[in-house]
Amino acid sequence: MDARIVILVSLFYLLLLFGVAIYANKRSKVGQSIVNNPLVYSLSLAVYCTVWTYYGSVGRAAASGLGFVTVYLGPTIMAPIWYMVMRKMILISKQLRVTSIADFLSSRYGKSTFIGVITTIILVFGIIPYISIQLKAIGYSFDLITSQNSSNDFWDSSTFYKDKVNYFTILLAVFTILFGTRSLDPNERHEGLIAAIALESIVKLVAFLAAGIFAVYFLYDGLTDVFSKGAINPITSHLVTLKTDPAAATNWFWVLVLSAVSVMFLPRQFHVSVVENNNVSFVRQASWLFPLYLFLISFFVLPIAIAGKLSLPDGSEPDMFVLSLPLFHGHDWLALMVYIGGFSAAASMVVVSVISLSIMVSNNLLMPFLLKTRTAAIEGYALLSDRLLYIRRLVIIIILFLAYGFYKSVSSNFPLVSIGLISFTAILQLAPAVLGGMYWSNANKKGAMAGLLAGFFIWFITLPIPTLAESGIISKSLLTDGYFSVPWLRPYGLFGLENVDHISNACIWSMIFNIGLFVVVSLLTTQDVDELAQGDIYVHIEKYSNTPDMEVIRREASVQKLKQLLVRYLGSAKTRYLLKIYDGKLSDKNDDNASQEFINFIEKTLTGAFGSASAKLLLSTDIRRQSVTLEQLNELLKQTKEILEYSQALEEKTTELTKTTQELATVNTQLKQLDVLKAEFISTVTHELRTPITSIRSFAQMMEKKEDLLPEQKKEFLGIILKECDRIKRLINQVLEVEKIDAEVDALGESSSIDSTVRLALSRLQPQIEEKNINLTYQSSDSTIMVNLAEDKMLQVMLNLLSNALKFCDAQAGIIKVTLERNDIVNTTYLEVYNNGQYISPQYHNKIFEKFTQLKDGNLAKPEGSGLGLYITRKFVEQAGGKVSFISSEKEGTTFILQFP
Amino acid sequence: MIVDDEPNIVLALKYLLEEEGFDVHCYYDGDTAIENVAKVVPDLIILDVMMPGKDGFSVAKYIRNQSSLENTAIIFLTAKGTSQDKIEGYDSGAESYIVKPFDNDEIVAKVHDILGFNM
Repeated sequence: MDARIVILVSLFYLLLLFGVAIYANKRSKVGQSIVNNPLVYSLSLAVYCTVWTYYGSVGRAAASGLGFVTVYLGPTIMAPIWYMVMRKMILISKQLRVTSIADFLSSRYGKSTFIGVITTIILVFGIIPYISIQLKAIGYSFDLITSQNSSNDFWDSSTFYKDKVNYFTILLAVFTILFGTRSLDPNERHEGLIAAIALESIVKLVAFLAAGIFAVYFLYDGLTDVFSKGAINPITSHLVTLKTDPAAATNWFWVLVLSAVSVMFLPRQFHVSVVENNNVSFVRQASWLFPLYLFLISFFVLPIAIAGKLSLPDGSEPDMFVLSLPLFHGHDWLALMVYIGGFSAAASMVVVSVISLSIMVSNNLLMPFLLKTRTAAIEGYALLSDRLLYIRRLVIIIILFLAYGFYKSVSSNFPLVSIGLISFTAILQLAPAVLGGMYWSNANKKGAMAGLLAGFFIWFITLPIPTLAESGIISKSLLTDGYFSVPWLRPYGLFGLENVDHISNACIWSMIFNIGLFVVVSLLTTQDVDELAQGDIYVHIEKYSNTPDMEVIRREASVQKLKQLLVRYLGSAKTRYLLKIYDGKLSDKNDDNASQEFINFIEKTLTGAFGSASAKLLLSTDIRRQSVTLEQLNELLKQTKEILEYSQALEEKTTELTKTTQELATVNTQLKQLDVLKAEFISTVTHELRTPITSIRSFAQMMEKKEDLLPEQKKEFLGIILKECDRIKRLINQVLEVEKIDAEVDALGESSSIDSTVRLALSRLQPQIEEKNINLTYQSSDSTIMVNLAEDKMLQVMLNLLSNALKFCDAQAGIIKVTLERNDIVNTTYLEVYNNGQYISPQYHNKIFEKFTQLKDGNLAKPEGSGLGLYITRKFVEQAGGKVSFISSEKEGTTFILQFP
Repeated sequence: MIVDDEPNIVLALKYLLEEEGFDVHCYYDGDTAIENVAKVVPDLIILDVMMPGKDGFSVAKYIRNQSSLENTAIIFLTAKGTSQDKIEGYDSGAESYIVKPFDNDEIVAKVHDILGFNM
């Protein structure tokens, strides 16, 4: 393919990424972040997959079969542990505004400058080879894709200005500077960068899957075909079987450990998973989404390796099978897509790694040095932040060209994976200090220093130096004779260790010395006040993240001085902006003592911008700290724990109290409602009492005053008076009944015959039935059915239901039907009372069986009863273990249904 | 004219007023009262408030809107005894408002009084 097309497409792709980044930044400024979700977060974690994955895995699979899987198995198996450790790391880093793994360690061990310096040095040494293989892969893939086009004899890798990798390096440096050092953000958050990384993760996955599908389904007839052909052919048969010798097992184990540790502590992983994290809860989804991504991207590795070995000419570079397969079979555009995928993998790794390294080098290496030298003390060395940006840009360029140099001198001779594993082993050296620092209170600065230095030293003499020897930079005799010609100091077989591979050798010895010294020195030495205070935050972060401004050691500072400090180092515009964001109770008085909250704010801001050790130095002159001894501090830490527990208990009490208050409020409303109902009830009852009394009074008065009444008239009047008296009596009885039911607990042990009670009720109501000329029918299927209710109560139930039916049934042609039947299958007795009268409007359906509810409809302005009949009915039926319900419709009338067991 | 849904009260009033020589018409709900009031054109209506169908206040308002019934006097006779009810009663155009239970003599006197005044 024409080199110009490839270059144009690469440039266009970079522009696209930059556009996405700008768009994401814009969206984030208006508060509509496209990055703030678990999916983008998980995709950004896939920065883990570099060219090592993209090209190198196939190379490794072509050499040793399934061995490549360990690098993906490690993070997958460790997902639960990753989840726990990440959560804690994120909480700690947000609490302390930590912006790199070096600062994470420095801050833990008493904001130690020295720890920050050695961590940074280890990481720079460890990561530069790793970056160099990305450059190598970009150059190699570019060569390959343009190789058929022989016209480009312009390139010549031996001349600096003619080496294309050199131009790629420059391009990546520009890209990194644009992405990473646009401004100094105390949080080191780059939403645009993350959006671009997520896009690159999608591109590399899609491209790799496309290559895999091409190899498996276009060159062969599916996975079974590839594997069966691979198993028959002697060139590839060893790839599809698992090796079982102990040396291979040791290697598997260590690669598993290395990858599990690297996925947490690699600078670029720490940057995307901790520093750029928006929400700690994303970690939960990422703990399965990220392994899923790893599974997908490694799925076709082995088939591609087999297909490459079987179908490509001898001498093809295994690391480049992904690209050479489509090229060799004439699919140039697929090859271009694969090339862009690989370019994505390399670019995202380089950009994030270099940004992260530049933060560490500037904050943890250069800043403390600058601050301690005289120049920093000179007033007018203002706007450290601006200077810092220049420093970072310079650091980015230096790191990239160191990587370029390493590529030129060393990496070009080694496969991608072996160089990558050297970097992973360097990262492993941080693991004891980081994990110990997070979970072991006694871990201290001296222990961490000893462990880190020892581990780094062993790593250095067992991996990078022999690698230099292998590439001929130093004498090759080192490999066979050992250091100082001492045989048990042979770099690949340290202390006479035999039968292990280089990586296992380095891991075993570095870990023995690293962990051993870290633990022993920590136990033998004591912590100082800073270490103790910081260690408490790391180990018991949950205590602090609930109470962000808890201050263990009291500190004092003047507000004015702190403001000046910010202005001096961050500039007045930035300071004004920050103070606007900070809306604490800040006094304007110059000599005013700053609150702990404000001191924390200033410290966090400076830590974010310059690293914890530098912030400590910057603040040391302006903040007076209460001097405490170790014993006092231990006591204080214990107290804060107690205070925290106490405040938690208090919080629980408050919640309880709120709950009680709410309950009381509910009861109160209920009581008020009941009160309203009672008032209504009383007014109804008085109205109902007045009516009969009116008649009684009127007729009695007539009988008293008028002496000329006929005997029949007297008799009629007396009859009316008696009837109205009965009405009053009935009302009073019902009211009393309700009171009795409300107080009554149970009334079991009595029973009565339903049939005979119904008949009794009907005979009582006979006069009214006849008077209203109602068509009443009663059907009973069984006269022996009993109910667990005393007869007087059952009678009242029936009288209530029947008189309701009488009251509401059609005035002209009233029909009432009573049916009694027993269903033995469901073991239930049904008693139904139907009337053809007016239906009950839905608004009353829920209330009809409640106390004091009376139907008030347009057609029925005057409540006829006390509002107690159906309430009493329900209560009695429930006492008998039964249920009462009703069906009401405009056409059909109303049926009340009683169900008894 | 007497309108009340309590038959016994209607009966008592009927006795009392017929004794005094009045021509008495009885109705037991608001709707039939409205239906018949134009035919009867009573000099006076004794009206209950809470009845099936239209309540007493609505009946009173209806009557007050009929020009043919402008000489018909209205007395409310009700168990609703709060002052608010009374105000509503007078607002709807009643000449008098009597709370149950009533005194026979009082109601007879009131009827005489109102009718005498009107005549």
